[in-house]
Parts: sequence; structure tokens; C-alpha cells
Amino acid sequence: MSILIDENTNVIVQGITGRDGSFHARTMIGDGTKIVAGVTPGKGGQKMDDVPVYNSVKEAQAEHKVDVTVIFVPPKFANAAVIEAADAGVPLIICITEGVPVNEMLDTYHYVRSKGLRMIGPNCPGVISPGKSKIGIMPLKIHKPGRIGVISRSGTLTYEVVHALTTNGMGQSTCVGIGGDPIVGSSFIDLLDLFNKDPDTDAVMMIGEIGGEDEEAAADFIAKNMTKPVAGFISGRTAPPGKRMGHAGAIISGGKGTPEAKVKALEDAGVKVANTPSEIPGILKEKLGL
Amino acid sequence: MNIHEYQGKELFQSYGIDVGPQYLATTPAEARAAYDKLGGTVVVKAQVLVGGRGKAGGVKVAKSADETEQRASEILGLDIKGLTVEKVLIVPASDIKREFYVGLTMDRFNKYLVLMMSAEGGVEIEQLAVDKPEAIKKFPIYPAKGIDWDALNPVLKEVFGADEHVKSAADHIEKLFKIYMEKDCTLVEINPFAIVDDGKLMALDAKVNFDDNGLFKHADIEEMRNPEENSQDELDAKEAGLSFVSMDGNIGCIVNGAGLAMATMDIIKLFGGEPANFLDVGGSSNPNKMVSAIKIILNNPKVDAILINIFGGITRCDDIANGLLMAMEQVKIEVPLVIRLIGTNDEEGRAILEKAGLSASTDLNEAVKNVVASIK
Repeated sequence: MSILIDENTNVIVQGITGRDGSFHARTMIGDGTKIVAGVTPGKGGQKMDDVPVYNSVKEAQAEHKVDVTVIFVPPKFANAAVIEAADAGVPLIICITEGVPVNEMLDTYHYVRSKGLRMIGPNCPGVISPGKSKIGIMPLKIHKPGRIGVISRSGTLTYEVVHALTTNGMGQSTCVGIGGDPIVGSSFIDLLDLFNKDPDTDAVMMIGEIGGEDEEAAADFIAKNMTKPVAGFISGRTAPPGKRMGHAGAIISGGKGTPEAKVKALEDAGVKVANTPSEIPGILKEKLGL
Repeated sequence: MNIHEYQGKELFQSYGIDVGPQYLATTPAEARAAYDKLGGTVVVKAQVLVGGRGKAGGVKVAKSADETEQRASEILGLDIKGLTVEKVLIVPASDIKREFYVGLTMDRFNKYLVLMMSAEGGVEIEQLAVDKPEAIKKFPIYPAKGIDWDALNPVLKEVFGADEHVKSAADHIEKLFKIYMEKDCTLVEINPFAIVDDGKLMALDAKVNFDDNGLFKHADIEEMRNPEENSQDELDAKEAGLSFVSMDGNIGCIVNGAGLAMATMDIIKLFGGEPANFLDVGGSSNPNKMVSAIKIILNNPKVDAILINIFGGITRCDDIANGLLMAMEQVKIEVPLVIRLIGTNDEEGRAILEKAGLSASTDLNEAVKNVVASIK
């Protein structure tokens, strides 16, 4: 098994006729993903290679069973694309788009949740269950099927970590890029919970970065709920603090969000935090008694 | 994106918030002219894009034209946290009876906007948040639902007391929320929000930050951009579509992806080096980005060595290699250069580099160790 997606997952691509959408749709098809349809308003009836294109998600749904939609539309239209998918009731909405206005995404976040649906991203590399399905932009060849779950706020840093795991013989059950924006559809906790319940995941690797409080909240969840070992990595330990204008940021974070606070919270929860990606396989092997 | 106080006040004013008269001056003579219009007692305030200007000597009172000119000449050119003061704002001095605080920002963890209010506003608000957090009232706002006035009114009563002040605060808050949503802000703040001379509540300062991702909707806000918010290198990088932040070290870094770029800086530090910058070339395969990146890095005289770390995904390593060779035709790289290439088309990329007499490693730690060793 795996979480979120597997070899039977039917996928549609919103923005399939765009530059990024068509490139990644072709790559995903080549990598074995079941892309059943694409959506671009005004281009219904066309085809992108062999993939039928529809004007709307609902039109695509009338002809195909849709489990997941992956969104490549430009930032200006990304919120509307997510809302459209939510209105159509697509259970998993993966938004790759980078640069989405955050106040709009705040409303979109609550809208998707109110429908009982799940969103991953925006500003994320997507989700892959190696050997089964890849929905996103990550390079397939660095992955390998296996039993480590990976959750990350980053893109290329995730590749670095996955590469380290794969070259050390540790395959992955599912890798999820949750996205780097202030508001993302799914948190570390949402995914930790899924991995905890997945019989084919033995341990979880979480890759965080400075800012926000999601890592601290994840640490609390891990201490209370996780039955499987977790290893961590936090990037941005040397990043300079931003030139802050107002006081509101400091008031709201109250000392949280610094790399030191995140590392401490995780280590207090029993999560060993690696200094470099290359240390990660060793930490996981030790935790798993391999 | 950040803007100055005077720009924030202009924005407030366009939404019907009374900020009083204000005059901007870039020279002591202009400050003098501003005094001649205002008379009485004035405050000369440094316009600088960092906090803490008052404590740095950037806010001074003056009671005559001569004194205003003198104070302006002291403040203009002042260095506040690395930024030079180029403009001062001249406003009438208010007889402040009491200072409140009001701010609106996003609580990203709880996923709502949070309105913060305090009856103890002023320059010590951050310290207050640490020492006496209960003195700052926080109230959630879900943008889609708007402000829940029935729930907010009792909080306003508690913070602002008298009915006239509660009414005025509510009016200000309604306008701040409107600005926040209509202009894609990430922060609007009035501190101090003060009861002045005639007993009315007034915005004596304005802090506004905007979501960079929302700026495409707001040409009027983009026009307010202050070039001094970013260094020349940072502006050049923005122009070239690169994400760049200067730092104090001597190892120039070119990396694809923000998370990996931060991790690369962390590892440089871990192995005893100091990064000169954060530079994310992004996910594009345009070789010209590499040319711009190399030029920007070499603009910094402190750079003693360069590390290029690319994990190809969307970015193709052969494009990176070609871009690097193009850059080397245009600028001479006289410092040690260490390259790490892996991922999409890495073998092609390495072959291109080898033909030009360059080598690239595949291992990140090894590359970082090499670049740190190259300058010792």
C-alpha cells in the first residue's frame, strides 16, 4: 500500500494545454500515471496527444472517474481552479502552481475543508508513490519503491533527501510535498497521521524549514500519537532574519518559527534531526534497527 | 513588499482614515518649508523600511523653522540598521493622552486573520507581547465571513472604554480590514493609535506590508515600491527572475530551489565556511539565468569562491552547464569554482563541462568541503 495515491488512481490535469501543464502531463504519462483527462476552459473537444480535453472539471467527470486533479494553471487563476475542483467534489486536489495570492488561498483553504476534501499545495512538487503513480513534477528516477514515508515543505531539497534514501537502499512508500506557502492545504500532521496508519510505511522522514509553526505542532503530534519512528531535517538554520517592518509578526509567533525552536521541539518529541541530508539514511536505519 | 509611513498614511487617507497633515522632505531646506506651512510644534520622522527608528534617533521634535531644519539635517543620512535615511516626514506634534495599538495580519497556523488590539500601545509593544501577553487582545477574522461585530464589540469596549472611542476604533478597524483584503496586504498596523488633543482617536503611524504574490493585481501599490528595500544586486536578480538575498560571507552560492539553497548555506556553515548569498535560480531551463546569476555573484567583491549546486528536476543539468559556459565567455571567473550536478540530464551536463575542462561532483557534502577548502 501507500498513502493518497496508488496504481489505480485516475488523474485529471487542470491547465493541460499550458506550457507547464502539457510538459508535465506528458512526463507523468511516460512515468506510468493514469492521466484520464485534461481541463482547459474554451478548449473542450481538443486532445493533448491522446488525452481528451474538457472545458470544466464537471464535464471531465461526466465521462471519467476522477480521483485526483493536479493543477498547473497560472497564479491568477489557481484559486478559481481549486474551487472548481472542490465544487465538483474531487477528493484530492494537488495544486502545483507557485505564486498564488495568500489571502485568496486562505478562503480557498476553508472552502475545500468545508466540503470534506483534501488539498495538497499550492507551491509544491506533488505526490509520488514510487512504482505506482506520480502526480507532480518530481524526477521519477531518483525514487524507488519501499517503506519510508517522506513529507516535505520543499521541492529540490526533497529530491536531495529522496536521492540519499534511494542510494542507501531505502525506498519510499509515498513522498508528499506539502508546499512552501504560508497557507497550504495539508499540514505535516495530516500526513503523519496517514503514514502512521499505513501498514506499508515503517518510518517517516519530515523535511521542514524556517517560518510558521507547523513543525512545532507536528512535534507535539508525534510525541502523542506516532507509533513509528520519525527523522527530521530543517533547512534555513543560517538564513538571516527578515527585515521586519511591523510588530505583528513577532507578536503572533511569540518566539516560534525559528530554526532553533523547531529543532528543539522535534528533538524533545524523540525525532532525531539530521545536520545534512546525507545523515538521514543512517538515522532511519538506526531507528529501524537495520 | 514594505512601504514607508508616509505612503501607508496616504493609503489610509484614500480609505477615509484621518491621518492629519504631513509633508515629506528630502533636504533640510524642504523640512524648513514644511515647518513654515505647519507652524507650532512638529515631529521630524525618519522614513526608513525597518522598525526601531525612534530608539535609533530617527524621530525628533522641533519648535521652530531653524530647529526643524537642524533636526532634519541630523536625521537625513542617518544609518538605521544598515539603511540610510533619505526622506523625513514632518507632522504636527500631537498632545498624546493615551496610546493604543491595533494591527491586522494572518495567523498562518490557525488559518485566519488575527486582529490585535491593546490599550498599551507605543514603542514597547513587542516587549509587552513577551512580558504581558494578556494585554494584547486577539480576535479572529475569517475573510469569507467578514468581521463578526457582535463578538468584536465587547472586546472593543474592554480595550477602548468610552463609547465614542469604541465607535471610532470600530470605524478604523472596518477600514483597515477593507484595505487588507482589497490590496492583498500581509500586515496593516497603527501604532500608536492615539487619543490626541481634542479627545479623538488618530493614526499617528502606519505600517503596511503587501503579499508579493498579489502585486500583479495592484499597479498602484507596485508604484510605491522603494528601491532601497533591496540592494542593487537583489534588484538585478529580481529583474533576471532570480531569488537573491545578500549575506556577509565569502562563498557565493548558486542553487536551484529555495529549500535546497537554504540547506546548502547551512551545510557550508556546518563545514566551517560562510555563505555570501542565497540565490535560487528557480525551476526554469533558460541558460541566460545562469549568466545573470554568475554576474550578480561576481559583483560582490567579498566573494572568494563559488559553489554551484544543482539538483535537476524541471531544471536540466545540460542547460545549467551550457549557461555556465556562456557566462564564462562573458565574464572571467577568477575565483575557485566548485560545481555539483545531479538529476535530470546530469551526465550530459557533466560531459559539456568536461569538454570545457571543468569537472563536477555528484555529492553535496564533498562539493561543500571542496569549496570551503579552496579558500583556506
